[in-house]
Amino acid sequence: MTAFLVVLVLILFGVAVWQMGKIFQLSKVKGEGEHQVASEKDNNINGYLMLMFVVFIYVICIVSFWKWGKVMLPESASEHGVGIDQLWLISMIIIFIVGIITQWLLHYFAFKYRGKKGLRATFYADNDKLEFIWTIIPVIVLAGLIIYGLFTWTDIMNIDTEDDPLVVELYAYQFDWRARYGGDDNTLGEANVRLIEGVNQLGVDASDPNAQDDIIVNELHLPVGRKILFKMRSQDVLHSAYMPHFRAQMNCVPGMITQFAFTPTKTTLEMRESEEIVNKVKRINEIRRENSVALVAAGDEALEPYEFDYLLLCNKICGNTHYNMQMKIIVETQEEYDAWIAEQATLAQTLAQ
Amino acid sequence: MSAHAEDHAVDHHDDHGHHHKETFVTKYIFSQDHKMISKQYLITGLFMGIIGIAMSLLFRLQLAWPDKEFTIYEVLLGKWGEGGVMDPSVYLALVTIHGTIMVFFVLTAGLSGTFSNLLIPLQIGARDMASGFLNMISYWLFFLSSIIMVLSLFVEAGPASAGWTIYPPLSALPQAIPGSGAGMTLWLVSMAIFIASSLLGSLNYIVTVINLRTKGMSMTRLPLTIWAFFITAVIGVVSFPVLLSAALMLIMDRSFGTSFFLSDIYIAGEVLHNQGGSPVLFEHLFWFLGHPEVYIVLLPALGITSEVIATNARKPIFGYRAMVASILAIAFLSTIVWGHHMFISGMNPFLGSVFTFTTLLIAIPSAVKAFNYITTLWKGNLQLNPAMLFSIGLVSTFITGGLTGILLGDSALDINVHDTYFVVAHFHLVMGISALYGLFAGVYHWFPKMFESRMMNKNLGYVHFWVTAIGAYGVFFPMHFIGMAGLPRRYYTNTAFPYFDDLTDVNVVITIFAFIAGAAQLVFLYNFIHSMFYGKKGPQNPWKSTTLEWTAPIKHIHGNWDGPIPHVYRWAYDYSKLNKDESDYVIPGQDYTPQTLPLQDNEEEMHH
Repeated sequence: MTAFLVVLVLILFGVAVWQMGKIFQLSKVKGEGEHQVASEKDNNINGYLMLMFVVFIYVICIVSFWKWGKVMLPESASEHGVGIDQLWLISMIIIFIVGIITQWLLHYFAFKYRGKKGLRATFYADNDKLEFIWTIIPVIVLAGLIIYGLFTWTDIMNIDTEDDPLVVELYAYQFDWRARYGGDDNTLGEANVRLIEGVNQLGVDASDPNAQDDIIVNELHLPVGRKILFKMRSQDVLHSAYMPHFRAQMNCVPGMITQFAFTPTKTTLEMRESEEIVNKVKRINEIRRENSVALVAAGDEALEPYEFDYLLLCNKICGNTHYNMQMKIIVETQEEYDAWIAEQATLAQTLAQ
Repeated sequence: MSAHAEDHAVDHHDDHGHHHKETFVTKYIFSQDHKMISKQYLITGLFMGIIGIAMSLLFRLQLAWPDKEFTIYEVLLGKWGEGGVMDPSVYLALVTIHGTIMVFFVLTAGLSGTFSNLLIPLQIGARDMASGFLNMISYWLFFLSSIIMVLSLFVEAGPASAGWTIYPPLSALPQAIPGSGAGMTLWLVSMAIFIASSLLGSLNYIVTVINLRTKGMSMTRLPLTIWAFFITAVIGVVSFPVLLSAALMLIMDRSFGTSFFLSDIYIAGEVLHNQGGSPVLFEHLFWFLGHPEVYIVLLPALGITSEVIATNARKPIFGYRAMVASILAIAFLSTIVWGHHMFISGMNPFLGSVFTFTTLLIAIPSAVKAFNYITTLWKGNLQLNPAMLFSIGLVSTFITGGLTGILLGDSALDINVHDTYFVVAHFHLVMGISALYGLFAGVYHWFPKMFESRMMNKNLGYVHFWVTAIGAYGVFFPMHFIGMAGLPRRYYTNTAFPYFDDLTDVNVVITIFAFIAGAAQLVFLYNFIHSMFYGKKGPQNPWKSTTLEWTAPIKHIHGNWDGPIPHVYRWAYDYSKLNKDESDYVIPGQDYTPQTLPLQDNEEEMHH
């Protein structure tokens, strides 16, 4: 695959160089300064190249979609994510239409009106009607997008606590994550970095009655279909809790608590069985097998086969190991979740040990 | 106003005979002549550009082949590239300094500094800048800040590596990342000096444009280049001081124990005393400059493009007044959109709504500009000189990058692509590549003005443009896809996530295109340096342009014109204007009417 791409690029580059060479030769005569101004021949060649260039833009666009359309994120695994994807799609369609038309006009005009001897340019300095039209069209289209976007945004960000969301704290530090559940009372105990000591890694206030049943884990388990309210905290520098499959992201800021809420709609198992993910995992494992061959030959261990899991990534530069600050997210049924959480030690138990 | 300009002109002119004995130092080093200062800016900017682009090639190499060893790392990065393996900390340092250098040193100082200095006096008909001395100070402060920035690369613990946005606490705490030690201090010092330089320059540009226009050069007759430089300077004066205050507060937090941006931090096994500050405050201050900065970079490029497109299309720029209005609208809106960089920073979601609204508004004047450029090409007689190609290329990348901005400016959509490669692709196209194209267009177009009629080689120019154009799209188009796949930026390697294994291909393609585009810049460098000394001399007005700079004598003299300053009788865009009975151009056989030509009997008066 890579080899194919490399060859493709090299061929394209070769064609470009060959074309350049041709231009170079065609116009390589005499050496006075005036000859450094475009001649009719230059206009001709570059006009045609302009036309080829707009085709190149379309081709790279189509090739990218054809080859890499499948690497994009799978269908949203959260309720609000469907709305985001919808808005994304509509905006994409609009910008593609505008892009295709304007790029065509730009390059086509550059080709069509390439300079010729004796050609007279049209003195055309302004036209209020035209300018009004192309001011008002973006105004209308953008007004539509703004209103649509704002409704989507407000729906996501205005968190309604009457739905009784499950409260989970995401705690970021260089370079890992912890999750803290409110426990039976679904209420997080107070916490502050000044209280960090020994096993109390998150600085939870042990004297707070709400804190006693808090549960701290390093793997995020979420029940499907229930709204989750995340409270984000950071211990040291800025981090960002990015959960791309749920279309969710919020910065973790030292000194303040930020929040984000979503409702997961697909369990990890369901997601693993979806066609998109099955194909993606298959592709990734093929790549890993190929890479392993070289590794084994060099005496290293082969790469482990990959299985899909939801991810929480750090998406705000936070230090040298920023690139590997991750936590696994498991979305499961309410029963599975209940069983799992029952097995976890509460803060009181951990501190008593 | 114009009378004043004349007085000034006379003063200077009288001076001529006396102090013309310039030494090497006053002519080439501590010069107060705007033409020399503009060359100093350009060459310093290009030098910084070489460093910035070379850095990007190094980290592109790392991103495409994270497992391979390259001796080049060891050669260039020393202890951070031992055994041909790039150290994660130096990767972050490279992206940080690449961003800083390209945004500030190349595209702010190198672009606006060069062309504002060269063109403002020449195109408005002034002997020099309002204050030649301040202008000289401005350049030398810029030079000093460049030196400090380059020196910071050699600091023991490494240069600043908290990203070009230097968000605290990461940038404030050496415990958090080694680059936040002496490297960060030097970064801040360098930027503080840079801001001083930029402010001195901008004030000078503003005063010059307002006060020193020649007789007849009303604001509505100014070439769009001057409008763009003028408004750019205004934005700079409004927003750069805010960055300076942010930098000063950060210096305080780092060295004097204040807590502007720090609160509740536990790091390296201990709690810091800081309490009550907020990193979000820093983000507000940073982006209050940071966003207008995008337009500080872009507007001069658009101004240059307007001029180059009109000249080479042999047509007036379409909708001059709409273009000016767009520049003003963009400038105004640019100062109230900064929050779109902070939708998910933890600020109040309602603010997010406001910033979405203002951000999408800015698309309107931008769209008007793009449409007007396209209409300017329509029914023209396009002279496809290298400068023209770069200008058309600019419009193309400006459209492509601008359109993805509509997605990113929408707060709801930003949630999922924020800080991914989608953003990287977007801003590189819309401000990086577009502004670079503007810089190249300017260099090709005004090279003869800068170097006494020497012309750059057009064929090398064509090679430079076409390879760069293909390379730029080849790099940044595929980059949108890895962003849509959810890949965060500023990752040293993606191998920690098997989920991203299928993006390796794309990264390889991007890197190959990056190297191709990088190689094309060598062609430019060769052409630039060679033409500076051996370029063939062309005519005084090689592009048959209407503007004043081409009426100045080829040989550079202090004071620009050896006679009186020319007066102006018309706007800058009388290309292909016909006489009343439409039998020929206003000047028979010549398709352009210079600004210095009074209104003729055989032409109709336009309202300019």
